Parts: sequence; C-alpha cells; structure tokens
Amino acid sequence: MILVRLLLQTVVLALGQIWANKTRAILTSLGIIIGVGSVTAVIASLTGLKQFVLEEFETFGAKTMFIDGQVPESMRNRISWRSVQLTIPEIRAIQEHAPAVERITPRYYNSYAIRNGELTKEGVLVMGIWPEWHEITDRHVILGRQFNRIDEEQMRYVCIVNDQAIEELNLDRDPVGDYLLIDDLRFLIVGVVETKQLSPMFGGGDVRSEVFTPLSTSMKMDSGLWIRDAFAQMADPKQADEAEEQIRFVLRKLRGLEPGQEDTFIIFATQQAIDQFNGLAAGMTAVAGGIVSISLLVGGIGIMNIMLVSVSERTREIGLRKAVGARPAIILMQFLVEAVTLCAVGGLIGLVIGQSLTLLLQNMPDTPLEHAEIPPWAIALAFAFSAAVGVIFGMFPAVKAARLDPIEALRHE
Amino acid sequence: MIRRAAKSPADAPAIEIRSLRKTYRMGVERVHALRGVDLTIQRNEFVAIMGPSGSGKSTLMNVLGCLDRPTAGAYRLNGRPVEKMGAGELASVRNVEIGFVFQTFELLPRASALKNVTLPLLYSRTGWLGARRAARRALERVGLGDRMHHRPNQLSGGQRQRVAVARALVTNPSILLADEPTGNLDSTTGEEIIALFNTLHEEGQTIVIVTHEEDVAGHAQRIVRLHDGRIRSDLPTPSDPIHRDWLERAAIKIKDMGAGSPSPALEAAS
Ligand SMILES: Nc1ncnc2c1ncn2[C@@H]1O[C@H](COP(=O)(O)OP(=O)(O)O)[C@@H](O)[C@H]1O
Ligand SMILES: [Mg+2]
Repeated sequence: MILVRLLLQTVVLALGQIWANKTRAILTSLGIIIGVGSVTAVIASLTGLKQFVLEEFETFGAKTMFIDGQVPESMRNRISWRSVQLTIPEIRAIQEHAPAVERITPRYYNSYAIRNGELTKEGVLVMGIWPEWHEITDRHVILGRQFNRIDEEQMRYVCIVNDQAIEELNLDRDPVGDYLLIDDLRFLIVGVVETKQLSPMFGGGDVRSEVFTPLSTSMKMDSGLWIRDAFAQMADPKQADEAEEQIRFVLRKLRGLEPGQEDTFIIFATQQAIDQFNGLAAGMTAVAGGIVSISLLVGGIGIMNIMLVSVSERTREIGLRKAVGARPAIILMQFLVEAVTLCAVGGLIGLVIGQSLTLLLQNMPDTPLEHAEIPPWAIALAFAFSAAVGVIFGMFPAVKAARLDPIEALRHE
Repeated sequence: MIRRAAKSPADAPAIEIRSLRKTYRMGVERVHALRGVDLTIQRNEFVAIMGPSGSGKSTLMNVLGCLDRPTAGAYRLNGRPVEKMGAGELASVRNVEIGFVFQTFELLPRASALKNVTLPLLYSRTGWLGARRAARRALERVGLGDRMHHRPNQLSGGQRQRVAVARALVTNPSILLADEPTGNLDSTTGEEIIALFNTLHEEGQTIVIVTHEEDVAGHAQRIVRLHDGRIRSDLPTPSDPIHRDWLERAAIKIKDMGAGSPSPALEAAS
C-alpha cells in the first residue's frame, strides 16, 4: 500500500521534474526518441510488406504445390528438355504413394483459334485438366457440370468456359449445351467455371478468355506425349515439407536418380515460400532491432549523464528528504522512476513519430505499404526497451543519490 | 517501519548520551569535534545549547537528530539505542521521532508551503488526505494558515522559518531540534520564532535549541555550554552565571533606557 502510494508520488514528482526541464528532457531522450521512432517505422513497413506478400501468396493457395520437370543446371548439356517432362504414370504414382498429397491434377495447355459462328478469336488458352483441378485451384463450376471419368477416358470433345470467353465469343449467357469450334473441332460446352483473379506474381493479371477440356482430349489434339506440369494439394499447409519429400521420393525412384544426382524436377509449395519470406522478414526485423539497440545505448548514456547532473544539482534536496525520513531505498526509487519516466516519455514521443511515419508510408503512392502498421508487440517492446534503458542507465546515478550522506548533502552548495 | 507505540519505555529520558565522541578525518589530520559528551534531556524539557563557534554544537545536534553517527559513545533516544541502527532504520527514526529545524530553513524552492510541510509525511504511513490535513494544521499552528500556497521566495525570512518549524512539527515528533533557528533572522523575527518555541514548549514539546544569543537562551529552562567538544557547564537557566551576568548588564541598559524587560527570564532571575 505505502509502496504503491510512494511509487505514484515518485512518478508524479518525476513528471513534474521533467516538465520543469522540458527542453533538457527532450534533448536528453533524443536518442531514445529517434531509436524508437525509426525502428517502429521500419517494423511497420516490414509488417505492411509482409501483409502484401502473404496476400499475394494466398491467391495461389497456401495448400497448393506446383510440380514441373526441369533440367538441373549441372546437366544442361547432357540431357534433353523432353526427357525430364512429367508423365501421367508419374502423376498416378504420386497419387498412390504420396499420402500427404490429397489430390493432384496434371495440366496440358496450348493456344488455339476458337470460333463461335462467324466470330473467331485467335490465341485462346485451352487447358486440359482433371476434375480435381477445380478443388485444387478453388475455381468451381457455376453452371453445368465438371468433366467426368467418361469424358477423360473417351477423350470426349467437351469443354468448360469462363465468363470472359462467354463475353468475347459472344456466347449465350447460359452456354451449357451450345457448341464451340476449337481448332475447327466441334466441342460441347458442359459448364462454366468461375474466374478468380490470380496475383501477377503467379502469372495472373488481366482476366483472359479460358477454355478447359479433359486432359486426355487436349493431349490428343496436340499429339502430346507428356504433360506440361501438375498442381497438387495437401490436406494441411503444415504438411508442405512432408508432401514435398514424398513427391521427391516417388519421382526420384521412378526416374532412377542415384543419391548425389540432382532432381530433374522442381516442387514449389506456397507454404514454404511463405516460411522463407517470414524468415527473411524476421531477419530484417532483427537487423532493425540491432540498429535500434545502438541508438538506445547512445540514448541510455545521455540519460545517465543527465541523471548524474540532476543528482548533483539536487544534492541539497536529497539531503533534506533524507533528513526528514526518506530511506535510501526510496531515494533510489525516486531517481530510478525519474530515469524510467524520462525514457518512457522519450519512447512515447518516438512512437508518435513512428506512427506518423507509418501513416505517411501508408499513403505513399505506388508502394505495397498500404497495410503498414505498428504491431502491438512492437509497441510493447519499444516501451519495455525504453524502460529497461531507464533502469539500467538510471541505476548508477540513483545509487549515487541513495548513498549520499544526509549531512554532507545538506552542506552541498 | 518503527511504530510509535513500540518506541520506548514510558519513563526513559528523551535523550541520553554517554561519552559521545565525534572525530572528523581530513586526510591525515583529525578534528575532534566532540571529545566525550554526557548529556541527559528529560521529556518536555526546553534546553539551549550554547558555545563559541567551532565548539561542536552543530555536530552534537546532528548526532542527536540521527543525521550523523558518532565515532564512539552511546546514544539512547527515548530509551532505544541508536548507534546500532542501519541507514533505513535511522531514516524512520528521523521521520517519526525527530523534528529538525535548520539555520538555513532548507525549504524546497519550487514547492508551496503546504507541499514543503507535507514532505515528511510522504515518507510515513499517513495517507494522502491525512497528510494534507496534518500539514494544514501544522501551518495554522505556526500562524501561516493564510500562506499555505505561497512559495518560499514569496515569504519573508521569518515566515520561511515558520514553514520549516511546521514541517518539523507535522509528524508530531517527540523531540524538536533547532540549530540556530534565529541565526539568519533579524531580532524581531527571531523573537517571533522563539515565542513560537515557547508556546510549543508550553504545549508539552521537548525542545533542544542551539543559539549564540543569550536572550534566546533565556527562554530555555536549562543552558548547556560547550567548549572545544566538551561540556563546560550544564545548569538551569536562572543559575547559569554567564546568563545572570548578561541579565544584569541588560537590566542596567534597560533601566538607562527606561524600557520594559527584554526577556521573560529577566523577572524570573531578579
Ligand atoms: N564535515 C566536517 N569535516 C571536518 N571537520 C568538521 C566537519 N564538520 C565540523 N567540523 C569541525 O568540527 C568542529 C565543530 O564544528 P561544529 O559542530 O560545526 O561547530 P559549531 O556548530 O559549534 O560552530 C569544528 O572545528 C569544525 O571545523
Ligand atoms: Mg554550527
């Protein structure tokens, strides 16, 4: 009780002392103000950048993996591009032997001229898919139906279109049951698929006309022997590493790769990219933290200096307080609280500056920083560090004050 | 924290010192400020300590006020041995048992009279409201009820010293110590302060005062004269030869001027 009251009184006293020497207090805590202000702004922009990148990743799907054949750098001249392409049996093997992979679809695509009556559109992307594709890419059929097993097995001339294709080819609002000519072959439209804006980072961009056919159909049209690439989905984003290992194991085995030989394929998981980016962001935060600790150190020395000045200026006052019954511990606390208050006020001003910088960053055009904000943990940390600086660098002057002999202090000029 | 209830046997003297020594060390040189002082002061006594400059009066007062530690000797305050107490315990003794008035007032310049008087209660168990009430009462007691919110630089010397007395009284100390409280005041204001001490003494306050002036000492019941760190004489005021001598000379002076008595002790002595 008495301690709480004393603490309150010392805080009030300290604030009064700081108010009485405003200019000096601000100059003294400049190191802390600048340190806290700059680091919170840096952390805010990192947070904004992270938010931006994560949102980009999420358009692709956190559970999604991308698999493609690739000639490793070291074998560039020895093996052909063809020999590393994924094949249907490989996809089937993954389906069977990689339990962390929930579903997978191969993709095959090419551009064709498409005709609806008199209207022809050149260079439309036609993509062959398995029905799993809808679930994996989260693009479901909104009208009509998906492809079924018979479509795939019999390589039927059926297709699914998107809204943009309906518009550009002047199709019926509900085109299910109508026909399209793809490369002069007659296709029955069985469904309409929703359009999802993919981030430019993943090859998205302007919405284009898209036409989908069963995988087997599109490969037959092109006499394709291998697929272009594959999308897989795991049950849980946490299984990214596991799924990758399993896929790698299956593919390496099928391709007869010896230990020590490089993969002839790539596996890209969103979650891993997110993890990598998070690691990078953490590293940058740590660097910013390192910079701020230097400025806090400089600030702390300033605080110590001013507190020593304060102790020597107020020696008589300390003597008097002791003479009327202040215990050494109370005097220690008074000066410690004063140092901590000084630092906390500095930290507060720093936060205000950091917040203003953040608002400025948010409104800066053409930067991905509209989500920049100071996270609560950074505010807490800034205060904790400022207070710690106050305690550490205020300790020596406070001990000095607490140890003063009352009589000698009262004799001080 | 020391409780007032547990402070002492009821009949112990307020102050009891035996063979008190204080030696200051200045490099290799040693200054013997007190060379073995024995002194007992009962409760409700009003004692004046006198002596030439450098005779050890302030040193003695600082030891009595628990502001300084003796080099050797025993000191019992209200029956409790002080010399073995730690810094924290001494601080609470100063807070609870002792009211100290300094020659140079020692007020906080930026704080109002009320704040200055409240200061000792910050370090006691008194609650905030109680502290304010006690401070008001102490200021009223010294006649400054209408100057509570004045700062020291807005007060006269005598008023400042009365604020200091109020601060010394605010904790209801068992002993009031004053080291040359009138030393920085002109004689009229000095007399005001001494009149205040008289009233306090009449109300039962134990008072020890250091002074150079015989007329100030004349208000005390007893005069202790120090010389070179030793007690030279310790007598009731009326039988102190130096004081009597001074009174006689003062009486002649007054007779010459045809004025009234300079001191209430004058009548008591004649
Ligand atoms: N802090 C000190 N250091 C050294 N000598 C001191 C100190 N304080 C007092 N003295 C010496 O002790 C003696 C007594 O001083 P003091 O008690 O102040 O005398 P008074 O108050 O009677 O004038 C003097 O000789 C003085 O010089
Ligand atoms: Mg003196």
